[in-house]
Amino acid sequence: MPETEVKATISKSTGLPRKRFYRARAHSNPLSDSHFPVPISPSQFDYSLHYPQIFPSSDQADGSRKIQFADIGCGFGGLLISLSTLFPETLMIGMELRDKVTEYVKERILSLRVANPGQYQNVSVVRTNSMKYIPNYFEKAQLTKMFFLFPDPHFKEKNHRRRVISPFLLDEYAYVLKAELEADPVVKLLSSATEEGQKVARNGGQTFQAVFRRIVPSDKTS
Amino acid sequence: MEETEAEAEVESNRDNVEVAPALIAVHPEQTSVAVAVGPDLRVFDLLAGSAASLVDECGAPFHKDSIRAIRFGSRGKLFVSAGDDKTVKIWSTESWRCVCTVSSEKRVSAVAISEDGCHVCFADKFGVVWVVDVAGSHEHVALGDRKPTPLLSHYCSIIPSLEFSPDGRFILSADRDSKIRVTNFPKKPLNGAHEIQSFCLGHTEFVSCLAFVHARECPQGLLVSGSGDSTVRLWDISSGVLLDTCEVAAKAGLLESNGEAEEHGHAVTDLCTTISGLLIAVAIQSLQGLVLLSCDVSAQTLSVSKVVSIAGEAFVPTCLGFSPAEGKLWMVTGVSSLPACNYPPLSRVRVISAIDAEQEPVVLGDDEIPGGEKLLETLQGSASVDESAFLAAAEAVKTAMRNLLIKKQYPADNRESRKKTRNDRKLKM
Repeated sequence: MPETEVKATISKSTGLPRKRFYRARAHSNPLSDSHFPVPISPSQFDYSLHYPQIFPSSDQADGSRKIQFADIGCGFGGLLISLSTLFPETLMIGMELRDKVTEYVKERILSLRVANPGQYQNVSVVRTNSMKYIPNYFEKAQLTKMFFLFPDPHFKEKNHRRRVISPFLLDEYAYVLKAELEADPVVKLLSSATEEGQKVARNGGQTFQAVFRRIVPSDKTS
Repeated sequence: MEETEAEAEVESNRDNVEVAPALIAVHPEQTSVAVAVGPDLRVFDLLAGSAASLVDECGAPFHKDSIRAIRFGSRGKLFVSAGDDKTVKIWSTESWRCVCTVSSEKRVSAVAISEDGCHVCFADKFGVVWVVDVAGSHEHVALGDRKPTPLLSHYCSIIPSLEFSPDGRFILSADRDSKIRVTNFPKKPLNGAHEIQSFCLGHTEFVSCLAFVHARECPQGLLVSGSGDSTVRLWDISSGVLLDTCEVAAKAGLLESNGEAEEHGHAVTDLCTTISGLLIAVAIQSLQGLVLLSCDVSAQTLSVSKVVSIAGEAFVPTCLGFSPAEGKLWMVTGVSSLPACNYPPLSRVRVISAIDAEQEPVVLGDDEIPGGEKLLETLQGSASVDESAFLAAAEAVKTAMRNLLIKKQYPADNRESRKKTRNDRKLKM
């Protein structure tokens, strides 16, 4: 069939990217060697690339403002977009392994920034394997919240090593997280703002929330 | 044209038999020296002046496949050997009897013994570090088989080097993703080591070796690490801060003058810190000899002190060992088996004495080394080694290291053909 017009990946009416051009498989192999750029250390992470209005030039990393929220496996960015307006002073980032989906989130954020001047400047996305490279992006006790929404359970024994939440990876997440506990307005958003949560609600399913507490290091309990 | 060339390269890499470099370890009081070549473990007892006979229930050969890591405990009572046969053998250095055999699920890439000699840790190829309780093993009582418990893990990344800090507080693991993780070693390690102290991030390629510079001003020691990016870096482990970087390959004159280096050709293969004079010996792929670095503890810097070359031999060391008691640096070069030619596993041992900031290091001749000709015969397999095999051995070790530790680059052209076996692609057709 001859194509008479170029398919617009960004919708003309809303200015937002159209999901159908950014569809990707649900799974991307987290075990494979990846060749996307990874910052050598958290100090090398270029904030001006992700938050251009807040950090106009790349030498202005004065260390006063750091990323505090991280959405691991952000997918199409639903949670990040809702969190951005709820916490306008907090810097947040989404991490996603699939490149097409990351492109979608990037386009979405850019279009939202254009359509709503001054808003959505505190949110960004990066394509990375968070299971391997979290220490490269965040310093010790930098984050206040980490989101792992709808992690794949990987029921089969042979796939247990692909789980995002595992005893070993929890050590790394504990390292980048600050030790704090508070009642949170975010909890409601977990099931309503994400695409996955909306899908579950559409199909009339149930969502479950689990709460865990950090074990205090033994030499500090006295 | 390009596609077939790229395909041919991927094919030939896969065809290469996995060769293992020769390893050497020296007892802290220089009472014995051990060399491992492939599955063969050879120990020479310097006090007795003869080869030590190793005793193990399973009989010789003790390891069924290449040994990848050997180590003496810092107190000198224990010796550990582990490798591709998925077993870790713990030996008592007094009787040279195997007191414990631990089996691992995956091939073992690194071992470390805690400072108090109570725990042995080993790392497997998938990035998990395991710990075994060996307290009481020095009483010559065979412990039989022990089950290891997982201590910590680097996600899906080979760990070529594992070290304990000199004060025993931390365990350090370096991986293929250029990370060095410093974890608090707990009093009850069998429950896992969950508190990460810091990450030492700065290398741009796999980190192949770790060593500590002992300094009176700094009881926990300064960390020195060598990597595939041809640099040696100095770190403060409690904060993870990079103190200094030394471009050893460039300084040793290995890189071409126009700055174009052979890609991945000059990885640092082994590091060894010497007690006196704070000199660090560095072995680099393709360098025939050694680089000696000096570490200034107060200024926290590294600088090249000397480049030592071995006269008369194309000697590229694959492993280094230092004995603090005698102040001698032991080096070995060798490989488990050379794929093309029919050479038997080869190894060659050399010793350097007078490792000092003031003196000139002296490469000892075969008759001058402790143990003399007898030691060479035991550890090398024969007193003299065919020199033409050296360069071929060095090349084989370089290729093996590259295949193991450098991330594979898949050519973009035949991406579609590689996806042919995927289930969702099959259904589409």
